[in-house]
Amino acid sequence: MWQALYEELRQRDFVVIAIALDKSVDDARPWIEKAAPTYPALIDTQHVVADLYNIVNVPTALWIDERGRIVRPNDVVFGTDTFKHITNLESARPLAAVRAWVRGETAGFPPADARALQTLPTALDQQARAEFGLAEWLARHGQPEAAERHFVRAGELAPHDFTIRRGSMPIRGIDPMGPRFREMLQGWVSGGRPYYRPLPDTRG
Amino acid sequence: MFTVIEPGREQAVEARIEAGRVLLSADALRDALGWELHDGTLCNDAMCVPLPTGSRLGEGGVFDLGDVAATLGRPLALDTDAGAAFLGVSAGERAQALGSLFAPDFTLPDLAGQPHTLSEYRGKKILMVAWASW
Repeated sequence: MWQALYEELRQRDFVVIAIALDKSVDDARPWIEKAAPTYPALIDTQHVVADLYNIVNVPTALWIDERGRIVRPNDVVFGTDTFKHITNLESARPLAAVRAWVRGETAGFPPADARALQTLPTALDQQARAEFGLAEWLARHGQPEAAERHFVRAGELAPHDFTIRRGSMPIRGIDPMGPRFREMLQGWVSGGRPYYRPLPDTRG
Repeated sequence: MFTVIEPGREQAVEARIEAGRVLLSADALRDALGWELHDGTLCNDAMCVPLPTGSRLGEGGVFDLGDVAATLGRPLALDTDAGAAFLGVSAGERAQALGSLFAPDFTLPDLAGQPHTLSEYRGKKILMVAWASW
């Protein structure tokens, strides 16, 4: 899907950079091979980008302009309507907004608005990321029981961070689509808390 | 040996574990994290952080890793049984970087292992999308 958008707009100095927050290259490989991207499709097993950009779920998209400035901060953007029946988020409007921006028909957000729409990390978020970082390292170094302690702790510290709570499941041998995930999701949304938090669609 | 991990870096060093604390020598601290104490100031290649009043960091040549993290204002995840700790980046540092709106730079590999750096795409409009198979 991103490939079609990239092909359509690449002559206009536009690029898609996709980043898989997966536990291994091999987890991401089948999806990337199927998409056959000619834009950079990168793999971030240690959640470097989640830490740098305070990303707490996927999919998360942001716009970066020619000068390297964030002009639309973290938003929920699906490339297709495959999950629309579950997420109630459709892809057409956000993709139309990207097109209009790349064609120069609209601008990104002015700095004050972009800042106002950002969610910045708290000390607890960063403690959770340190716990995740330790757990991920321990899992890679043959210490699954110690890793589990820190994955659990990370999830307790940042219960809204699904790159940690769900993203750690494949590392821990838990099915990320299975009963443990559904239980986690139910516990979260039953308190009236959304699983996806798109930006208010102020730009139509 | 005890492994001290930071984003993008890890180093195993000699350490003494005492009552849940990880105690490093000045040499081990420098090897693990690049910090050295001079005249009440903790410095690495890039910056210096003064010790708070009354700090006992480095007293007797001993550095408590938890106190180092607290002095730097950084989160520390610690597992003395497993022999490893992860020193993260503070919320303040991340918030300042994001608030500047300069997209934080990173280098990550593609499927072939080829590294790509965000800033190499300067001059283009970028749609950055984080996704996952899960």
